[in-house]
Amino acid sequence: MPIQSLKGALRALLLVAIFFAGVWSQSSGVIDDFLWYLPDVQYLAIQHLWLTVISGGLAILVAIPLGIVLSRPSMTRWAESLMQVLNVGTTIPTLAVLALSMSFLGIGTVPAVFGLFVATLLPITRNTYAGLKGVDPALMEAAAGIGMSSTQRLLRVELPNALYVIFAGMRTALTINVGTVPLAFLIGAGGLGELIFTGIDLYDPVMMLAGAIPTALLAIVVDALVATVAFLMVPRGVNPSRA
Amino acid sequence: MIQLDNLTKVFDTPKGAVVAADHISMTVPSGEICILLGPSGCGKTTTLKMINRIVKPTSGKVFINGEDTTALDTQDLRRNIGYVIQQIGLFPNMTIEENITVVPKLLGWDKARYRERARELMAMISMEPDAFLKRFPSELSGGQQQRIGVARALAADPPVMLMDEPFGAIDPINRAVIQDEFLKMQQELKKTIMFVSHDIDEAIKMGDRVAIFREGKLVQHSSPDDLLAAPKNAFVESFLGEDRALKRLNLVKVEEVVSDEIATVSPGDTLETALARIDDYGYQNAILMVNDQRQPVGLITRAKARTTKGYCRDHFENVPATVTLEDDLRKVASLMFSQDATWLPCVDDEGRVCGQITQRAMTHHLGSRFRAREAATRNPDSAVKE
Repeated sequence: MPIQSLKGALRALLLVAIFFAGVWSQSSGVIDDFLWYLPDVQYLAIQHLWLTVISGGLAILVAIPLGIVLSRPSMTRWAESLMQVLNVGTTIPTLAVLALSMSFLGIGTVPAVFGLFVATLLPITRNTYAGLKGVDPALMEAAAGIGMSSTQRLLRVELPNALYVIFAGMRTALTINVGTVPLAFLIGAGGLGELIFTGIDLYDPVMMLAGAIPTALLAIVVDALVATVAFLMVPRGVNPSRA
Repeated sequence: MIQLDNLTKVFDTPKGAVVAADHISMTVPSGEICILLGPSGCGKTTTLKMINRIVKPTSGKVFINGEDTTALDTQDLRRNIGYVIQQIGLFPNMTIEENITVVPKLLGWDKARYRERARELMAMISMEPDAFLKRFPSELSGGQQQRIGVARALAADPPVMLMDEPFGAIDPINRAVIQDEFLKMQQELKKTIMFVSHDIDEAIKMGDRVAIFREGKLVQHSSPDDLLAAPKNAFVESFLGEDRALKRLNLVKVEEVVSDEIATVSPGDTLETALARIDDYGYQNAILMVNDQRQPVGLITRAKARTTKGYCRDHFENVPATVTLEDDLRKVASLMFSQDATWLPCVDDEGRVCGQITQRAMTHHLGSRFRAREAATRNPDSAVKE
């Protein structure tokens, strides 16, 4: 009972604080300052999302088949060493990857998409590979024993049972992707990074926040979106969130 | 019918070649259960898995119903063999119905037919179709899951089934229940079954024949009774255990040992009559009292009959236990030990006395096989024929 009344008091306090924050921002004109950037934010957010959709989409299209190929029994000899290469690749900072891709592909959207693609590729491949390798060997034996071909085994048993892990990889990768897109501004690809970095350079916190807050919101929305798709697509029997 | 012809598997390991199965030749007649039995690493599972090519044979052939399977497509071969494994291996992403209908779908059955089949199978394994078909494996207990595993293997009605320690991971109480259910199903289905086990009691209970393996070789292949009565060598003998004569108790039914000669008294007889009958028949300590329908109602002890006067109906004691013709001797022995009795009355389906079973008769019956074997070893010309 005391804990519940404490919670109630805290909630009331929070509401009051939000109210006064609103009053302050209205009276000090911060809201108007932010609204001044609204057209910029709209334009850049769409640019931002396109960078994510293209680089992330390409990464998914490449990473899942790559993970599947690596998990095939015939690839066992190469898979582990290749995964090690990919793991080492993950440790390279995205900024460095962007710089490297700029030095080969020049300035603009293409090197940015390429850099983001590389950074997103790795977590998805790794989770696809790990998810497929983690499928219970007994399931595979049962599937083979009742006469499924290797393709049927992949489509009806392996992928459905690995799907939750694969989606977890996509969720992490795409969220990181959205958060990394601002760096693409540095090699001339636009996105909300434009407001963030210009804001930093001009020592204009409102401008910086006008870029940073939408970026954070986009990351949350993308995360929720992928989570929803996972919730709907992963079969009920192997979906922990629907148990 | 499953026929193995010189089936051999050699595994290449870093330590050199290991012969997991060494020229295994055996035949399982149609409709019989053959148990492959042996310690771990003896080649029994390898042998089983070579039949559906989960393990690829190094050499040798497998015939199913007389047909050489070497030329068959692996997937076609497997779709026509039911396969049950210890880990059950139900697909967690599929509902029970989807799990059961996997093979029919692979074989291209139409929807109405395989859905009908799913309901039929659920009834066969005594699980309510409406309650279970739409559920997922994770919502079922281990025993229920393995019932579904068996149903999945039976789905396309394959003539042959391979079972790799199917009931090994189930707790002892449920295991006995599932074994009984399975045997009952098998009486109707008459599948030809190869069944791997490491449990000698399971082998004796389930097997029409038992094949004992050791270090990749088939040591002995015979009926459970022959196996227990006449183990081929010291290894088989030690594997079966020192109580193998007791294990045969499971295999013998009361009707094989029962003696239909039993003297009784009725409630209206005097104790003198009872005593006279006890002496006439040479009973040691008591005589059974039956009512008009010949149902056992009491025991008149010798001590009581000697020291008391009166009618039986006033001086009887309770009947400790009765057995039926279908009971096995293990149950009988257990009852005798717990009641400190040397004989028990045997009753028919209506509960009427139809004979008695004595410890003497049991030991005589079990011992006859051993005596015959000893006689045969002393005099090899007269082979054991029973």
